[in-house]
Amino acid sequence: MTDEIDQALDKKYEAGFVTDIESDTFEPGLNESVIRRLSKLKNDPEWLLEWRLSAYNTWLKMEMPDWANLGIDEIDYQAISYYSAPKSMKDKPQSLDEVDPELIRTYEKLGIPLHEQERLAGVAVDIVFDSVSVVTTFRDKLAEAGVIFCPISEAIEKYPDMVKKYLGSVVPRGDNFFSALNSAMFTDGSFVYIPKGVKCPMELSTYFRINELNTGQFERTLIIADEGSELSYLEGCTAPQRDENQLHAAVVELVALDDSKIKYSTVQNWYPGDENGKGGIYNFVTKRGIAHTNSRISWTQVETGSAVTWKYPSCILKGDNSVGEFYSVALTRGCQQADTGTKMIHLGKNTRSTIIAKGISAGRSNNAYRGLVKMGPKAENARNFTECDSLLIGDKCGAHTYPYIESRNPTAIVEHEATTSKVSDEQMFLCQQRGLDPEKAVSMIVNGFCKEVFKELPMEFAVEAGKLLEISLEGSVG
Amino acid sequence: MVNMLSIKNLHAGIEEKNILKGLDLTINPGEVHAIMGPNGAGKSTLGYVLSGRDGYEVTEGEATLNGQDLLDMEIEERAVAGLFLAFQYPVEIPGVSNMVFMKESVNAARIARGQEEYTAGEFLKLAKEACKQVQLPLDFLKRGVNEGFSGGEKKRNEIMQMILLQPSICFLDETDSGLDVDALKTVADGVNSQRSPERSFVVVTHYQRLLDYIKPDFVHILADGKIIKSGDASLALKIENEGYGFLGLNYVEEKA
Repeated sequence: MTDEIDQALDKKYEAGFVTDIESDTFEPGLNESVIRRLSKLKNDPEWLLEWRLSAYNTWLKMEMPDWANLGIDEIDYQAISYYSAPKSMKDKPQSLDEVDPELIRTYEKLGIPLHEQERLAGVAVDIVFDSVSVVTTFRDKLAEAGVIFCPISEAIEKYPDMVKKYLGSVVPRGDNFFSALNSAMFTDGSFVYIPKGVKCPMELSTYFRINELNTGQFERTLIIADEGSELSYLEGCTAPQRDENQLHAAVVELVALDDSKIKYSTVQNWYPGDENGKGGIYNFVTKRGIAHTNSRISWTQVETGSAVTWKYPSCILKGDNSVGEFYSVALTRGCQQADTGTKMIHLGKNTRSTIIAKGISAGRSNNAYRGLVKMGPKAENARNFTECDSLLIGDKCGAHTYPYIESRNPTAIVEHEATTSKVSDEQMFLCQQRGLDPEKAVSMIVNGFCKEVFKELPMEFAVEAGKLLEISLEGSVG
Repeated sequence: MVNMLSIKNLHAGIEEKNILKGLDLTINPGEVHAIMGPNGAGKSTLGYVLSGRDGYEVTEGEATLNGQDLLDMEIEERAVAGLFLAFQYPVEIPGVSNMVFMKESVNAARIARGQEEYTAGEFLKLAKEACKQVQLPLDFLKRGVNEGFSGGEKKRNEIMQMILLQPSICFLDETDSGLDVDALKTVADGVNSQRSPERSFVVVTHYQRLLDYIKPDFVHILADGKIIKSGDASLALKIENEGYGFLGLNYVEEKA
């Protein structure tokens, strides 16, 4: 069966087209004057320019981390353009009618109609194309509930106090190499504020698209759930099929104030490169949330894309009784490499965390789970449960698990379970004997393997994730 | 009339080890054939070779199903053409609900026959009936395929799949092994309910007991890769009483 898997590991990437649109793009390169130019273009307040420059100076002193189980060619940070925006966005369109029809067609092709009446009922979406936010839907309806959902550049202008207070409060500028780079050069992203006691009336969603050649995407998302509020947020990503590697270095910060709930779901389908590992997105993302008393932060991710994924959505369980959850499916095929997992930092009493990570490796890919569970000295009766399962398809791929556990409180309990299995010949035979072709059989077995995670996704996304997995596995058996 | 299943001079084995050594068997529509024989004779191998399992190689001979060359077809093509294998040790598929699994299976067969796929609602109705028929609680439809099922439940689940798939020939590989008397009766009732002039069965068993419930038209003794004796139901009784000794078979256990 293995040979057949190899032969057929040739999947189509349906989001791989390029939008032909005129763009204003910075010359490649990064230095202080590029930052000043960006800052001016974005109409940054003075404090933000200082903030960026300080991040840049920190970044200069840092080195790209090399501890992950990833083999990456050296990245030339001076060969990347740090800003690109469709020309038509220059005079900020005030409504959808003013948005370039070519852009609207791009999203329609991706299955994301921007016209509100065509949207899935109950999902508001912010669209980020290369470096700028194109449109945010349902804003009026959200405003009625007091919910703020807008591009972060707009939030900086309209709600400077809030942005100033929370930006970098969860992921400090100098947290790591990529967060420093992002802090210096972030171009746009989404901002969400849910007022006290409000349950957000619809799902919020951001859709990221990288289009322009040799351009990096550095977006920043900041979500604040005020006391007793609730929110479910979805994020989707795609990029054209290109031979060059493209860089995506995002930062997401979640602030869950007392008694609030944030559910953050990602379906990541960046271009993964071709079967020989040429091209594809380098995805270096820092996602972290801080959970105050009695609050809950839940990360769910389905990672099928990118040439390289380096991503550890984490929770700082600061408040007593706060809860952190991480549900992950990471599928790698071809020559993809993923090093992904989470950090659960238990600081408060009775804090609880659950980690369910499912890794699926096919082709010649490498898939690693890396997770830290840390119990601080004050984390009385804190509990963690981790389940980490790897599924191998074929015999040329790798699955790795790197759990780190640090406990400084004797009353804290940490549990870790890990399994590695293969799609067995017996399972394949049973499915085929019942009339299913081998592709259908593999996708069914893999879907079953991921069930615990998929059930955490919002309904429409769960269906989409299942389909995405099916497409990603297309041709993974002969 | 075309024979339903026709096997001629079949030689087959696994990893260069010959197991079937010139097997002949003809089965007509509506017939029930029991195959008995000592361990290692090739009974399970026959099921795997007919259904096309990877690793089993046919070196000589032929097998046709309703006139079609079975050996030239993929595993799933044989299945949708009407060949059903009830496994001796059904495997688990964690997280895939029985319901989804069976709906996909049944619809694959329907598509192959040019019929409309069942909707979720239509299928649920059929599945519930089949579930009741093999006396499994309805929540088994929601549970993962064979996930955490007892031995007996797995066998009932196999029969439920058979009922839903409506195959033309059913190969039951020691479906009675590991069953208590009540479960045995349930499984046999399930099989008997499916007997029809159009459907045939091959029942592989070690014990005459099963044949009290599923009355065979023919009994064959398979030993060392060949059918060495065929008869009616009385042959099974004779084996039950006398063992395989009267056939001159006393060397067989070492082959198990």
